[in-house]
This record gives sequence, C-alpha cells and structure tokens, in this order.
Amino acid sequence: MIPELGHYALVLALLVAAYQSVAPLLAAARGNALVMATAVPAAQSQFILIATAFAALTYCYVTSDFTVANVAANSHTAKPLLYKISGVWGNHEGSLLLWVLILTLFGAAVATFGANLPPALRARVLSVQGMIGAGFLAFMLFTSNPFLRLDPPPTDGRGLNPLLQDPGLAFHPPFLYLGYVGFSMAFSFAVAALIEGRVDAAWARWVRPWTLAAWGFLTVGIALGSWWAYYELGWGGFWFWDPVENASFMPWLVGTALLHSAVVVEKRDALKSWTILLAILTFGLSLIGTFLVRSGVLTSVHAFAVDPERGIFILALLLLAIGGSLTLYAWRAPALRSSGAGLFKPISREGAMVLNNLLLSVAAATVFLGTLYPLFLDIVGGGKISVGAPYFNSTFVPLMVPLLAAVAIGPMLAWKRGDLPGVLSRLYVAFAAAVFAALLGLWIADWRRALAALGLGLGAWVVAGSVVEWAGRIQLFRVPLGDSARRAFGLPRSFYGMSIAHAALGIVVLGITASSAWQTEVIKVVRPDEWLPVAGYSLRLRDVREVHGPNYVAQQARVDVVRGATPSGEVKPIVVLEPEKRRYPVEGNSTTEAAIHTTFLADLYVVLGDPDANGGWVVRAYYNPLVPWIWGGAIVMFFGGLVSLSDRRHRVGAPKRSASSVPAAAA
Amino acid sequence: MRLRFIVPAFLFVLLGAGFVYALVAIQSGKKDPSAVPSALIGKPAPEFALPAPQGFPAGLSAADLKGKVTILNVFASWCPPCHVEHPLLLDLAKEATNGGFQLVGLNWKDKDEKLAAWFKEAGNPFARIGADPDNRVGIDFGVYGAPETFIIDRDAKIVYRYAGPLTQELLRDEIRPLLAKLKK
Repeated sequence: MIPELGHYALVLALLVAAYQSVAPLLAAARGNALVMATAVPAAQSQFILIATAFAALTYCYVTSDFTVANVAANSHTAKPLLYKISGVWGNHEGSLLLWVLILTLFGAAVATFGANLPPALRARVLSVQGMIGAGFLAFMLFTSNPFLRLDPPPTDGRGLNPLLQDPGLAFHPPFLYLGYVGFSMAFSFAVAALIEGRVDAAWARWVRPWTLAAWGFLTVGIALGSWWAYYELGWGGFWFWDPVENASFMPWLVGTALLHSAVVVEKRDALKSWTILLAILTFGLSLIGTFLVRSGVLTSVHAFAVDPERGIFILALLLLAIGGSLTLYAWRAPALRSSGAGLFKPISREGAMVLNNLLLSVAAATVFLGTLYPLFLDIVGGGKISVGAPYFNSTFVPLMVPLLAAVAIGPMLAWKRGDLPGVLSRLYVAFAAAVFAALLGLWIADWRRALAALGLGLGAWVVAGSVVEWAGRIQLFRVPLGDSARRAFGLPRSFYGMSIAHAALGIVVLGITASSAWQTEVIKVVRPDEWLPVAGYSLRLRDVREVHGPNYVAQQARVDVVRGATPSGEVKPIVVLEPEKRRYPVEGNSTTEAAIHTTFLADLYVVLGDPDANGGWVVRAYYNPLVPWIWGGAIVMFFGGLVSLSDRRHRVGAPKRSASSVPAAAA
Repeated sequence: MRLRFIVPAFLFVLLGAGFVYALVAIQSGKKDPSAVPSALIGKPAPEFALPAPQGFPAGLSAADLKGKVTILNVFASWCPPCHVEHPLLLDLAKEATNGGFQLVGLNWKDKDEKLAAWFKEAGNPFARIGADPDNRVGIDFGVYGAPETFIIDRDAKIVYRYAGPLTQELLRDEIRPLLAKLKK
C-alpha cells in the first residue's frame, strides 16, 4: 500500500511539473497575472508530493519491505538503522528521488520566499524549474522506478555495498545534491533572464543567495567525500582525481567563478552575458557529472551500476537542457547590454574578479579535458589511456598559484580604479607571514622541497591577507581600540563572509601542501609486541582479535602508540588505535577501517593488512602533517558562505529595478 | 546574433555528439570502458621459475612455456570466481592433447594446504602449477586480481589476456578459435 502511495505521488508530481513548465511561461508572455501566480502553489505542491514519495520509500527501507525490488536489492534486516535510511539514496533509483526532492525543495523555496521578485520573473524561473523536474520525474518513472514490486519477495535483502556503510558517506550525497541541484536555481534565473532579455543589478542580487547556498553545500559535499575516501579507502590519500570526484569539482570551480562575477553584475552592471553563461555552465556541468557517473561511459571506483538505456535518457535530458539554454543564449545574449563595460581598468576590483573568473574557468577546463580525454581518445580509436594525478598536478596546480596570489590583493582594490602599489605596501605583513611560512617549511623539512615551501607561503599569504584587510577596514591600532571595535561591528556580514571564505581557502592550501609534501609512509610486517617507529611516534601491535559487528565480522588490531623513540621499559600508551579488516558476509565484501589518531596539526593513520605465515601482520602507517586542515578549512569556507548569506541585504530584498534598464524587444 | 555567443552552443554540439557516439558504441558492444588491455600483449612472457605447491609434482618456469602453446590461469583457493570457472578449466584440460596446448596454473597468494584440500575434492586441471604466494611472478605478469587467464604462443610470447572468470561464451567465441589459430 505505502509503495503504491509513493508511486502515485510521483505520477501526480510529474503532472504538476508538466503544468508548471508550460502554463506560467505562456502566461508571462501574455501578461496573464492570474495564471502566472499558479506557479507558486504548483511548485509547493510538487515539493509536497515528492516529499511524500520520499517518505514512502524511506518507510519501506526502515521496515525492510522486501516486496519492493529496490529495497530487496540494497538493504538487509541486519543493517543498522542509519544505513537503512542512507540506503534510500545509496542506489541509483533512490538517489534520483533525493535529487528531485532537493530540486523541488529549492523550487518551493523560491515560490514561498520570492514574494519580492517581479511576478513575471518568478513565473518564468519556476517554469524552468518545472521543466527540469518534469524531465527527471519522467526519467525516474520510465526507467528507474524505485517502487517496483517483487513477487514473490525474497526472505532477506542483498545489502548495501559495505564501503557505503559509513557515517561520512551517509551524508555525502545529500550535501552534494544540495549543491548540484541548488545550481539549478542559478540556471533557471539565467534562462528566465534570457527570455526576458534583461539582466541588471537586481537580478544579480536575487541570484546570488541561491548560488551561495548551493556553493556552500557543494563545498561540504566534496569535503565529506574526500574525508570518506581518506579514512575508508585506506590509502592515506584524500583526493585521487577520479572521474567522479572531478565531476563534482568542476561545478564547484565554475560556481565559484559565478559567485564572483555576479558581484560585478550587481555593483558595476557589467559582465552580464558572461555571468549568464557561467550560470548555465555550472548547472550544465552538474548534469554532465550525473551523466558520466550513471551512464557507464567512464569507469570509476564509485560509478553506479551501468545501464546504457538510462544513459540515453540522461543524455537526452542533458542535450535538451544545456543545448536548449545555450541556443537561447546564442540568440538572446547579444541583446544584453552592459553599461559599465567601457570603464574596465585591469587594476581594479572588477579587474581582479575577471582574473579570478579567467583562472577558475581555465582550471575547470583543464579538469574537464583530463576527465574526458580518455573517453574521446578511445572513441577516435586512439587506444586506452588513463589520465591521472601527474596531468592534473602539472596543469591545475600552476593555475592556482596566480589565483592564490591574487586572492589577498583583489578585495583590497577599489572599484573602477585600484591602487596596486598602495595595496601591496599595505600587505607587507601578509608578505612577511608568507616568507616566514615558506622558510619554516624549508627549515623543518629540507631545502629541496622548494615547491612545497611556495605552497606554504601562498597559504599563509592568503590567510594573513584576509586578516590584514580586516585590520585595515577597522583601522586597527590606528584609532583607539573602542573605535576599531565599533567599526568591526559596522562592517557588513557579506564582508566577513568573504574574508572567512578566503582565509579558509588559505587553510585548505596549507593542509594540502603539507600533507602531500611531507607524508611519511611505513609498511612493515610486525609481530605482536614488536615496535615500529613512524615519524616521531612508535607503534606496537599488541594483538589482533576477532570482533562481531551488527552485520560484519572483523579482525581488529590493538596498536599502542607512544611518542618518541622505541621505549625500553613498559610505558603507558598515549592512545590505543584499533584498525580493522571487516568482512560483510551478506554482501560478500571486505573493507578496511583505518584507525586515526588526530591532533590539530597532524594525523597518525594506521591500517591493518594481511597476516603472514609466521604470526606477523602487515601494518601500514602514515603520518600526515596538517591533513585535518583540509576538511577544517572546507567547514570554515562553508561557514563563511553562511555568514555572507545572513547579510542584511539578502533578507530585506533587492532594490527596485532602476528605470534606466530598458527591456529588450520582446521575443 | 554575434559569432562569439554561438561558440558555447557550437562546442556543446561537438561534446554532445561525442557523448552520443560513446554511448552507442558501448551499447552495440563495440567499446567496453572497463576492459583493460594488458601492456604485455605481444611481448615475451617474463622470466621466472616457481616451485610446485606442496603435494603437486611439477612446478612452473619460463622454460616450460617454450615450444608449446600455453594457457596460463592465475587462480587461488580463496577466490570465489576461481571456483566458478573451475569446471570450465577441467573441460579445457581434456581438450589439451588433441588441441595441441598445455594448461598450466599460477597459484597466486595462496596456501599450499588449502589448495591441496580444494583440488583433492574438485580435481586438478593443470599439467603444471607454480606457487606464487607473495605475488613475485604475478607482478611481472601485471596480475591485478584472480582469476586471470593468459594465452602464450610457441615462442613464449603473450598473445591474449582476460581478467575475470572464464565463461562458456568466452571459450566458444575467443579462446578456442585463438587456440585453433595458434595450433597451425
């Protein structure tokens, strides 16, 4: 009964979406306010229907209803409740449902909180949202229905891939989708603006909070994915330039560019057609990511089950959405006039934003090329190759150097014409911090790691640059402290958000640089009670026991950790690490569970390998300096986005459209 | 309509055409993105000499590959797909004399006593078995998992490699025709 209810809700949602994609659009063209207004309840009811379907599927998972094929294929009665729930989106059909749930959530949010939008713009935005929703609902109902029944039902389910039974990964897809799908808002606004033929400061101000929210969620989603790869895959690495990782990273890069260019549209009434293009591309890359992951055209460790028929359907959606919007762009974008375009100076805030956009888009293009090159080479008969970390390190990383150098300078430049020597002279503190960090790196490690020292220097430059700018704004130490504090409270939250996010970028860079350059790896066969020195620590394998989890059996080692060289007598360990090798009998799969001892400055990471014939065990241990800063930095970055989002101007709404922006001739 | 605004749409058309072509090629079975060809195809088999596992008569070395067409199967008792393909290997073993080839095994990362227990029950299809408990020779062959099957010609050159369990279809469509060709 419940599955049928969910199925029925999906069908109804498809009908509502079909109405929502056509009627408000036509009404907006004819100026029919009554029909335009129906977009609002349509978007809201679409969300309620999808939420009902999602609740129905979750109910089937929680109650282990194996008459539903999807549940039988991906769940098991012995699975802990958390993974029964996360199992809802741990498979192709359920993750599509989550995708659409988030899409309609954003649509309903625009409908509910968009009262200050001009009615025609709101109707058009919701209509474009309706089209995307209709496409994906049709995809789900015709090729990937999560509510299909089984007769007769199996006595128990097949279980969820053990690699996915992990708290980090349980929340990774929802955040990732909040990001991916959130960019559909920017896309819908862009398409609506192209239809209206008008982009102005007010438009940019409406688009920005949605883009900012999506960007923040995507940041967390990518960070969670990388954290999961770090501790679950047991290789001690955090980023592998895998196609699926790249698929989520490309929208992030272009979305970051979009965040910056939308500011230029708002403040300087320039870069309009470019911003529209970025909005289309950001969502377009999210769709391409979905296509690459689910069609099986690329191989990856995390790709979903391959089904070419589904691939064709997603490809058709992709071609319609991006092809259609780019055609609209080719037709309508030339009519978008920028009043401020003639006044662009390279040394100015907007000049710095253009540099940012240039570097980020080229970086996204390099990642795109590296991800798709093997596919296209294979098509033209060029043979099989794989593009790995060396390519990305030698193309992507050099692009980040000028970007990071500019991150500290850009926000200090004035609009229209900046004073570069003046800004640089105020940044001497940041420069000193950068030199200090670089020298510190050289001194701690060795002088040959010049590139790593450059990375540390850049990271410190960005962090210190943000602090210097804040200190300059509040005139710290130049006026009495009380005055500085008053100024600090007076600064807009969007400024704080930006500074926090920029400083967070510096933190991430420090973490990535230090952990890549100075990782220590030790692989050795150790017998119980034998000591193993690792980067200033000593480890002792105490024993290996068999432990039973709810749905797995594990061999769990106990490893004593002490600081310093191998101790002579008996000592109290600072921590006992318990790395495991788990075997999941239902799924017939094994996973390694790394044990990590983390301090704020470094991780000690221990993985249990195979036993040898003489009672010894292979133990792999890594010492990863500053690695916690990568994820800490990402969280701070998300927090910066939240602070910026809470800025007053997003809440009181945008100003009235200026009378001077003349609408282009209607189509 | 100015030209630079058409560029994105134009580039996307190219990309879309590429995607369509890739997908059609996969569906029609012309391309398989997960197939990994061996870098060793066409190259001589690596030099090696391995003892037989305990309880088996003949070990395996590079010298045994010369002058005969050889099917070399990488297997282990702990690997479930190896158990799945085992009956097919027993069938192949019966064809060896008439077919003019030898079937040999590389016992990969395995324990001698477990192998002996399994083969005592299930039967031994191999004329020779080399024991490679620590993946010394496996690395030279580029083995990344069990089972894998190599076909090696009379000049000890590797001509074919398949990763994964053998199937009836694979024997019929690829392996037996290749063996017939190499016999000539």
